[in-house]
Amino acid sequence: MTDFRTPLAKVRGMGSAKEGTGHFWRQRLTAIANVPLLLFFIGLIVYLNGASHAETVAALSHPLVALAMIAVLISGLYHMRLGMDDIILDYAHSEGMKFALVILNNFFCLGVGLMAVYSLLKLSFGG
Amino acid sequence: MSADAKGTRPLSPHLQIYKPIPTMVASITHRITGAALYFGTLLVAWWLIAAASGPAYFDYVQGIFGSWIGRLVLFGYTWALVQHMLGGLKHLMWDTGRGMEKEQTTKMAKFIFVLAPVLTLLIWFAGYAARGV
Repeated sequence: MTDFRTPLAKVRGMGSAKEGTGHFWRQRLTAIANVPLLLFFIGLIVYLNGASHAETVAALSHPLVALAMIAVLISGLYHMRLGMDDIILDYAHSEGMKFALVILNNFFCLGVGLMAVYSLLKLSFGG
Repeated sequence: MSADAKGTRPLSPHLQIYKPIPTMVASITHRITGAALYFGTLLVAWWLIAAASGPAYFDYVQGIFGSWIGRLVLFGYTWALVQHMLGGLKHLMWDTGRGMEKEQTTKMAKFIFVLAPVLTLLIWFAGYAARGV
């Protein structure tokens, strides 16, 4: 089969979208991280089911719990940002809509992350 | 000519025409649960904000989560997480080139649809057993 790619394109290995396997790789990386992290999160929620405010704060402000929760949030939110990009690119057909939704997607994930991480930091350091 | 190329080309059959099969239901379920988990992170953020805001607001939010509709949503959210995680593990296995035979993919799709609700129930039993609420 004739290959029309230039030698430079072949060496770069970035494909037609010029992004290479970056999206795929980061999605898999966060997916693998999400397995233990979200199992931890489920365990924490099970443990804190029906817990009082004092018990919840005590658990969430423990350094290891806070650290693990921040990891859950970073990995989870990054993974879902990548996944939502896929959904948007599949279903949004006009360029304008695509841009708008991709931008909203970034803002949403960043916003949720900031709210959640700030709350965790306040619980840990805010007294 | 160009109008014909745009307007009257035959379309391939799509979702409404194909008979649903396990693998395709599993595929769209993976996407839908992913999207549900996406918007559900607002609940996680809300819970953390409530914890950081003090006892009064925390109890108010706990009350909403603990209502029957709150529990229903959280149960669905737990299922979405388990279903999406099992589907994701299947994808990671596929990434290594294993388990891609037609019979295997169908079997795994069916198996996950059974396993996810079972694990979800177990998680909720554990939650209630932990406190007896």
